[in-house]
Amino acid sequence: MKKTVVTVVGKDSVGIIAKVCTYLANNSVNILDISQTIVDGFFNMMMIVDVAECSKDFETFSHELEQIGEEMGCIIKAQREDIFDSMHRI
Amino acid sequence: MINIYEVLETNDMIEKENLDVRTITLGISLLNCIDSDLDKLNEKIYNRITSVAKELVPTGKAIEKEFGIPVVNKRISVTPAALIGASACKTAEDFVTIARTLDKAAKATGVNFIGGYSALVSKGMTESDELLIRSIPKALASTDFVCSSVNLGSTKTGLNMDAVKLMGDIVLDTAKETADRDSIGCAKLVVFCNAPDDNPFMAGAFHGVTEADEIINVGVSGPGVMRKALESVRGADFGTLCEKVKKTAFKITRVGQLVAREASKRMGVPFGIIDLSLAPTPAVGDSIADIFEEMGLQRAGAPGTTAALALLNDQVKKGGIMASSYVGGLSGAFIPVSEDQGMINAVEDGALTLEKLEAMTCVCSVGLDMIAIPGDTKPSTISGIIADEMAIGMINQKTTAARLIPVIGKGVGENVEFGGLLGHAPVMPVNQFDCSGFINRGGRIPAPVHSFKN
Repeated sequence: MKKTVVTVVGKDSVGIIAKVCTYLANNSVNILDISQTIVDGFFNMMMIVDVAECSKDFETFSHELEQIGEEMGCIIKAQREDIFDSMHRI
Repeated sequence: MINIYEVLETNDMIEKENLDVRTITLGISLLNCIDSDLDKLNEKIYNRITSVAKELVPTGKAIEKEFGIPVVNKRISVTPAALIGASACKTAEDFVTIARTLDKAAKATGVNFIGGYSALVSKGMTESDELLIRSIPKALASTDFVCSSVNLGSTKTGLNMDAVKLMGDIVLDTAKETADRDSIGCAKLVVFCNAPDDNPFMAGAFHGVTEADEIINVGVSGPGVMRKALESVRGADFGTLCEKVKKTAFKITRVGQLVAREASKRMGVPFGIIDLSLAPTPAVGDSIADIFEEMGLQRAGAPGTTAALALLNDQVKKGGIMASSYVGGLSGAFIPVSEDQGMINAVEDGALTLEKLEAMTCVCSVGLDMIAIPGDTKPSTISGIIADEMAIGMINQKTTAARLIPVIGKGVGENVEFGGLLGHAPVMPVNQFDCSGFINRGGRIPAPVHSFKN
């Protein structure tokens, strides 16, 4: 399992989650956890996904997610989970 | 599993508070390049660096992309050139060819600095050490990415005052050689007392002879994150303040540790150390001086500044040490003037003087760093400032350094622009009283006694 954190930050609008999920499904990326919150009026979503079976390399995967974000006017980032684990777990 | 608030906290640190990994520095031993033929030596140096460091920049970029954390600098440090060139170099000009080779290798590998044009002369100078030191002004003027350092003393050996005297001239000559570019050569030249073998930060990085063939050292950063974290304990007592610094330093350092481990694994090069330094940049908010202001000082340099720096430095170490398996290098808070907008403001407002900076260096990791002084400063005065700084390191068993920039053609109050991470600086006044009688004595200051410490 190769856990990656996908975050979506931006103005809330119809279909954000659907679009991201469709992209993930099309690329054999399994969603393990999903949560969302509103901070300072901005929509914040976080997904923990498994990219072990992903059909694309990490760079392409994260770049394409970024592009989807741009099309929808929000910022989508994919980061390996290790950075958060390192910082917040001993 | 990680929750959304933890993810947002980390990403806020990166996006809003300038959290980054300041440098991945690949240390490369050049001892196996030594040759008595200068051309062969240069060829071996070039081939060794470009083959070992080929993957450094791509690896740094891949890590940036995958973890979403900027890795600002990728750099190389090499064995002190005075050792490597000892049998091939008969003149200072011969040494300059090594500097040019290092520069060429740095450009070929895509790094932004290469350190190790260095000599270690804490007790005495060999002929080769002296040739290298005399070649520094030319070497730094004719290269872009080469950084030079000279270790002038240590707690075990005392201070080499002949070398201190010589460096006064060399610093000034380096300034003159690059007078057309605001004497920028001096920004790439630093003198040390107790120089560490594994420092990843420039201009003082070199790959010590106690090190393995290759090693990855990582420098973390994060003054912006620290300042932001301290906002939440505004007005609280020192115990609370210190706890906050420790916890924040822990988080920052864990990221450095992760990046170091990844870089080491991907490049197949052993991990050396994490340098726990809080390193500011000229970006607004990424400032050590701003941390002092957050702690309750009107400006850096106000009474209380040395105490504030002492607690900051110590708590950063306490938090960072637990976050990393190996800690080394300089590890502490850097207080470079030109690279820290808050420090620049403090100088411009008249809050921060050279003398206060010197006092601050007693309790932090480095020394008088990136300080612009008038271009007409006498070489003996520069040597005197260096000697003071080295004495602080020698007596207190710590690393101290001086990176002074006598800006040719400029005087007190004028501004110097170095650009990029080196920033800009107001020219600071220097005490005008003469010290040449002291500096011209020559010889050594003996090593200090270690018992009866008080």
